[in-house]
Amino acid sequence: MRSGPYVVTFLTGAVLIAIFFIPHYRAQQVQATILEWADVVYAFALILGSISLWTTHQKRIKTRAPGWIFSYVTLGALLFITTAGVVQGIDEGTMVGRLYNMVNAPLASTMFALLAFFIASAAFRAFRARNTEATLLLVTAVVMMIGRVSIGEFLWKGFPPLTEWLLDVPNLAAKRGVAIGVGLGAISTALKIILGIDRSYLGRS
Amino acid sequence: MAAERNATWARRLLGLDRRVIFLLVALATALPLLLPVNLPITASPRVRAAYEAVDALPRGSYVLMSLDYEPDIMAEVQPMAIAMFRQCFRKGLKPVVLTLYPAGPGLVESALRIASTAEGAVRNKDFVFLGYKSGSQAVILGMGDGLRQLFPQDYWGTPLDQIPMMKGIQGYSQFPLVVNLSGSSIADYYIRIAATRYHRPLVLGCTAVMATDYYPYLSSGQLRGLIGGMKGAAEYESLAGLFGDARRGMDAQSLVHVIVVIFVVLGNLALFATGGLKRNPLDSGGTT
Repeated sequence: MRSGPYVVTFLTGAVLIAIFFIPHYRAQQVQATILEWADVVYAFALILGSISLWTTHQKRIKTRAPGWIFSYVTLGALLFITTAGVVQGIDEGTMVGRLYNMVNAPLASTMFALLAFFIASAAFRAFRARNTEATLLLVTAVVMMIGRVSIGEFLWKGFPPLTEWLLDVPNLAAKRGVAIGVGLGAISTALKIILGIDRSYLGRS
Repeated sequence: MAAERNATWARRLLGLDRRVIFLLVALATALPLLLPVNLPITASPRVRAAYEAVDALPRGSYVLMSLDYEPDIMAEVQPMAIAMFRQCFRKGLKPVVLTLYPAGPGLVESALRIASTAEGAVRNKDFVFLGYKSGSQAVILGMGDGLRQLFPQDYWGTPLDQIPMMKGIQGYSQFPLVVNLSGSSIADYYIRIAATRYHRPLVLGCTAVMATDYYPYLSSGQLRGLIGGMKGAAEYESLAGLFGDARRGMDAQSLVHVIVVIFVVLGNLALFATGGLKRNPLDSGGTT
């Protein structure tokens, strides 16, 4: 029985690889069904995540951990949104729809926009031409930053073609190399798991 | 004496309060949005290819559009969606739209509302919104021939059988073009399944950070066109003869980039003046 998990892993892996190369619709249906099982696992993860969120913040409130007051906001939001979604639905015009458009969307955009401020400050403090490689990176970054926005073309007509060359030649070469490397690495790791050479996923070395 | 003065100036610059940088970035973002300059925009070959892939479709063709992003990247991707919808409506193409992100329907609905109002398009006659479906990879695979099983009704609950526009639409083979506007690895699934397995022409729109990852797929022919970030969206708007949020945002992005470059150059000059370029960067400390 100790070999049971390896047999399941081998069969699942081998079948999924084979199915990928079989265009018959039955094979595609099997693959779609197996992928739907992954959805079921995600659904359980959602329940687990909600329970974990609840217990973590409950503990923070009980122990009066730093910032515990915000845990009330998190738990309140979780309860409110869940209740509103179940009662009213999530369509446009419902409470969830309004909160999404008026709170979630602006907040998420704002969080992402804050990156601009930190990147500007971090670039000023960390982007240094300390050696040849760093200088090369810095010059490339400056050309890309100027050349990829409208003002680059306005300042010098040569900026856009230069950035296109940087993207199409050195960038593309490096990306292809990385993609091939990652692909080979993924194949090798998958084969090691399927063939039972790598057993770390079962908690064994 | 002059050297000492320079070093003092440089040290002061290096110790610049980061709030000054934040303030300048805020001004550089806000001012061009309030007072647009409308800097020139020239379309790159990748964006032009994306535009032409849509433009070359005969009137009445169906376009499968999967808009898989959330509000965090809407500044970059939402203008692409609006510009593409408007181009489709003007050309008499019929977009069938879906999202594989749970927070996506609100954005898709908003983009469709803006574009359909501007072009006078009618729901379920000129476009269909299928809504959200979980299980990204399984859905993309299932749309091979089972679109109706995956989406028995549209976003507003109308059964597909009652929507004349959807008559006979079963899967990828009815779509001469697939468009994916994405901020995640869902783009990889579309390349792997829709473009490679089902041989559908695929156009991808993504964030600027993601764009370089997909260049190899352009030269391999798996992507017909690539729209990257707000710049790509602005180029697309320019090709479509529109003046949307992306073109408005490009002035701000340009100015912020210039400010970052100026700070990087000044920072290096100041460090050079104080002899700091030779020191170990890990000794300098400080916060971003």
